[in-house]
Amino acid sequence: MLKLKDKSNIKEQRGSNTNLLHNTKKLRNTKNTRITKKTRNTKKLRNTKRLRKQKLGSGLYIAPSLLGVLVFFIFPFIVIIYYSMVDNPINGEFVFLDNFIKVSANGAFQTAVYNTVTFSLVAVPLAVVLSLMLAIMLESRMPFRSQFRTFFLSPMMVPVASVVLIWRVLFHFNGAVNDLLISLGGPKIDWLKSGYSHIVIVLLFLWKNLGYNMILFMAALASIPKDILEVARLESATPLQTFFYIKVRYLSSTVLFVTIMSLINSFKVFREIYLLSGDYPYDTLYMLQHFMNNTFRSLDYQKLSAAAIMMSIVMIIIIGILFLVESHFGKDVEG
Amino acid sequence: MSKKDTSRSAPPRKGSRAGFHKKGRKAWSKFKIILATGVAAIFAILFLMPIILTITNSFMAASEISANYGSVFETTESGGKVYISEKVNLKFIPDMVSFSQYITVLFKSPEYLLKFWNSVILVGPIVLFQLIVATLASYGFARYRGRIREIIFFMYIILMLMPYQVTLVPNYLVSDWLNILDTNWAIWLPGIFSPFAVFLLTKFMRRIPTSVIEAAQIDGAGEWQIYRQICMPLCRGAICSAAILVFIDYWNMVEQPLILLTDVEMHPLSVFLSRINKGEIGLAFAVATIYMVPSLLVFLYGEEYLVDGITYQGGIKG
Repeated sequence: MLKLKDKSNIKEQRGSNTNLLHNTKKLRNTKNTRITKKTRNTKKLRNTKRLRKQKLGSGLYIAPSLLGVLVFFIFPFIVIIYYSMVDNPINGEFVFLDNFIKVSANGAFQTAVYNTVTFSLVAVPLAVVLSLMLAIMLESRMPFRSQFRTFFLSPMMVPVASVVLIWRVLFHFNGAVNDLLISLGGPKIDWLKSGYSHIVIVLLFLWKNLGYNMILFMAALASIPKDILEVARLESATPLQTFFYIKVRYLSSTVLFVTIMSLINSFKVFREIYLLSGDYPYDTLYMLQHFMNNTFRSLDYQKLSAAAIMMSIVMIIIIGILFLVESHFGKDVEG
Repeated sequence: MSKKDTSRSAPPRKGSRAGFHKKGRKAWSKFKIILATGVAAIFAILFLMPIILTITNSFMAASEISANYGSVFETTESGGKVYISEKVNLKFIPDMVSFSQYITVLFKSPEYLLKFWNSVILVGPIVLFQLIVATLASYGFARYRGRIREIIFFMYIILMLMPYQVTLVPNYLVSDWLNILDTNWAIWLPGIFSPFAVFLLTKFMRRIPTSVIEAAQIDGAGEWQIYRQICMPLCRGAICSAAILVFIDYWNMVEQPLILLTDVEMHPLSVFLSRINKGEIGLAFAVATIYMVPSLLVFLYGEEYLVDGITYQGGIKG
């Protein structure tokens, strides 16, 4: 509201020196006379009215989306909160945290949480660091930069299902990677059915996600003001110093974003695992999504909702912490 | 390495040594570029290999595939006739280029084409309608920033950050209530209202200068006209970016059909592809390649939009 009042003031001011703007003179003049005619009170009223109309008008544009979000996400989520606290939907007896305790005590859930957490702890930092390295590498003056960017980005565009065949050929017990290992005198490893399966999935995850992260970092690096880098160079700062004292600071919001996106994508790694090894993978690859799928099959609403709520709370906490860390680090840089 | 880096950027100090430094510096920076290019090339090969292998292998005849990869996929159909080696022979170039896989997929076994069609039917409407809903909503969010709208927008962001493990439970519940489980609607509706495109487009639209919109308003344009004739043309690029990102996400979907569509016949190819390991491995590469084609085409024509889209998403001014 305040803003709009200011605007009309500005208009009046502009109207007073009309000698510059010939085209819109007419329009301005009529407006000015209208404004001066009315008392301050009615002007205010008209403004609020118009503003309200404007707010309502543009608010209507949100309506379809908001309605859909409410119906398909928010409202059922509230119901889920209710489900997670009753013994069953029909009976509706309030049991408070019993379902949460039951789910946390569930062996399959524990394995799933453990596997997902260890996977994310390994894959997310790797994805952030490696993609930053790729971005810095592509920043240097080397030939074929745009081609390299295209190449690094291409895995993102390819459906996992399409390349899963090749990954199987590579990492099968009789597969190509083992052939290579044997010819180098190494042992034969059952990549997909042993503890090593984690490595395969991390590789697949990195393959898929590095390009995306790299683009984010490249954009962020390009947006660092050139004059600051120039000053650093003139002050004979080493590249490492420039990197740690300048670039990292400017990159901190991007690092946060990349970390969050990688974290979310690390939860999606179920796709790769499912396509590689089906519903019941090797034990260390049993992820939270597998647990959810199997719970969906038995349609245990209490278990499902308790698990979903726990996960959402954990996600919110993690993202909140990341935001706090970022605001601590990057507070003295703008942009 | 860091030591040498230091010598590189330190300014030359005294007379005769300065020349030496300059020379060394040049050689070193040249070496560094070569090194970086080499590393990038290795990465590029690793990144591209699975894609290229899939495509080239789709031009092998079924017998060649089972001869090469028989030990991996345990084909039984070829029986004793074809020699199956113990090891796999990973080949970039087929011994004999043959289109037999494609011919079989396209003309003889329609089930794959059907699954492909399932994918198209599932993804197309989601991309189209999510964008329609999202352009409207993002206009609303960008046009005015009140407290209520900020809260709603924050809710959208939180929702966007939730993994499928969380969002699929509410989706399932609603689909169950509306009796649309096992129909395409169960995938379409949550997809259409997914907040991702709203987020992306709002970020972009907020960068349209308010003076442009005010000018239109002074000229007497209504909300719809501002939306239609000013914001939409300005956002064309951002809409393309959003379309590409939404398309990739859903073309690749696995979780949603697995849970929301129990009827295997309705599954998209992205899920179905993992099931052709037995018996029909000869076709698999052709099917995989066919499934890749739309997304590769989108990539080919829209790489810039894709890059821009990712950049808007990160909120970095590109």
